[in-house]
Amino acid sequence: MKSPYSETVLEHFRHPHNVGKIDNPDGKATEGSPACGDMVAVYIKVDPDTKNISDIKFESYGCASNIATGSIITELAKGKTLDEAKKITWQEASDALGGLPKIKTHCSVLAIEGLRAAIQNYEERHGLVKEKTATTIEVIRKRLKKVMNPISGLDLVRTNLVKDIVLKDGRVRVIIDLPESHQFAPAIKEEVMEKIEPLWDVKEVKIDFTG
Amino acid sequence: MQDKRIYLDNAASTRLDERVLEAMQPYFFDTYAVATSEFAYTQGIEAREALDEARGILAKTLGADPEEFIFTSGGTESSNMALKGVALSLGKKKGKHIIVSKIEDFPVLQSAEALERQGFRVTYLDVDGEGMANLDMLRESISEETILVSIQHANQEIGTVQDIAAIGTICREKGALFHTDATHTFRRIPLDAGKIPVDLITVSAHTIHGPKGIGGLYIRQGTPFAKWMDGGFQEFDRRAGLENIPGAVGFAGAVELVTAEENKRLQAMRDRIIDRILAEIPDTTLNGHRRKRVPQNVNISFHYVEGESITLHLDMRGFAVSTGSACFSRSLQGSHVIYGIGGDHERAHGSIRITLGRYNISEEADAAVQALAEVVKELRSISPLGKERQVEEE
Repeated sequence: MKSPYSETVLEHFRHPHNVGKIDNPDGKATEGSPACGDMVAVYIKVDPDTKNISDIKFESYGCASNIATGSIITELAKGKTLDEAKKITWQEASDALGGLPKIKTHCSVLAIEGLRAAIQNYEERHGLVKEKTATTIEVIRKRLKKVMNPISGLDLVRTNLVKDIVLKDGRVRVIIDLPESHQFAPAIKEEVMEKIEPLWDVKEVKIDFTG
Repeated sequence: MQDKRIYLDNAASTRLDERVLEAMQPYFFDTYAVATSEFAYTQGIEAREALDEARGILAKTLGADPEEFIFTSGGTESSNMALKGVALSLGKKKGKHIIVSKIEDFPVLQSAEALERQGFRVTYLDVDGEGMANLDMLRESISEETILVSIQHANQEIGTVQDIAAIGTICREKGALFHTDATHTFRRIPLDAGKIPVDLITVSAHTIHGPKGIGGLYIRQGTPFAKWMDGGFQEFDRRAGLENIPGAVGFAGAVELVTAEENKRLQAMRDRIIDRILAEIPDTTLNGHRRKRVPQNVNISFHYVEGESITLHLDMRGFAVSTGSACFSRSLQGSHVIYGIGGDHERAHGSIRITLGRYNISEEADAAVQALAEVVKELRSISPLGKERQVEEE
């Protein structure tokens, strides 16, 4: 068989390590969407005293390099402290895999972003954010860009589903341009809450639908 | 990993038939001269006769006169020639409007886009959920300015066969020329220019177990057509360049080897694969029309999984198939055909195309379905998508 992928990539693709979901994770994140062709979810369990990643799992909807990178970064991150794990770079992951085709950079970067976002999610939930910058409408909008609109596979902002964002005294109100009865409304609501609630200075999140 | 590779990508290209190679061989080693006039030397006259004979076979297959069929380097050139040849001839005289369907193959689509950059106006015709062109939109779109309508006979990815008789009739009534890309139907579905009002037809050898690098274009007598490959008077002064005589002989040989029985056999295999996948693998969608479909094409989307991962797993097990996923393509664009029939990204990324040929046997079809079922199950188990659905099912 001929392949542009290294033996190590193929091995991780065939038998990915640390695949699955962690129930009640301490931190979790989803990066990408079906629209960009790849999606990765990362779940972590963190030792509260040592801040070591005691368990990590991932799920992937994507091509071989996405799956292989998910596998290798979970291997690299396991047992490391959050601060160490945060510093794992795409280059390290790529090196550990014996190199990745250049055109596949995007798909593999996603896994790294997933790991970092899961760590960030943990830190936000546990009041560990060191550089505390105040949440702004822009910060919220940026986070909403990570929420997928299941109707099109593109994000909420790009598909103009975010009608308005109101921020006052730590209370956030997001208005979604969909009727509340829409089949995807509950899923969108849950995802938006997940993205906005952990922000350190946000006290309350309210999602309203337009119909 | 197995040694024996099972090739199921016959729409991309096919294995050459030995009998075709045998027919071609003398034109590499004995009659290698250029096709000359009948007043030159023996080898040249023999080469000319071989070319004429091949042309006669091709023309007859399409219900055409030999003068209406020219050899090209392949389907890509034929379609380029059809669109640009007509545009160059009629652009100034009649108008600058061209109509193509949204799901055409790239030679037609990108030729239309190239003409658009040169000031032509192009209407990209909608297709329905099964890939059938919208004929009402076609009727409304044709104006005095419309010089050419180009709608494929069957689609390269989803296999949907268009009603080209109806399309041709509309074009004829409204005074527009009609080109059809028959790369994926030639010899698999009858196409007779004597019965169907079509002015230009693209055909190719390599999709019917003929050699690569040879194709043809049918040009109905009297069709306004400008030559743009200059340098000689070959092909009735419509395309300059040394004739590919071994290719032409191989093309004619390949044409004669396709039989109605073979097409029936492929269709039975196609139906068995489609029926089995849709019945045995959950969350699958057939892409294209169930009945109006070329006998050799299967295209199914496997939800919640990505196509490049499926093809790689299948490759590891010895199967060669294709996908409409962005990750599989060099352009990183998902299939414009799946988007064209109203599919979303997930449907495009999870689409797998299986195309059959002469050398596939039914055991291979069954093995492919089995392998697909296993691979899709494995990939779904690691996918973050579709989990709610699976829980509901359990």
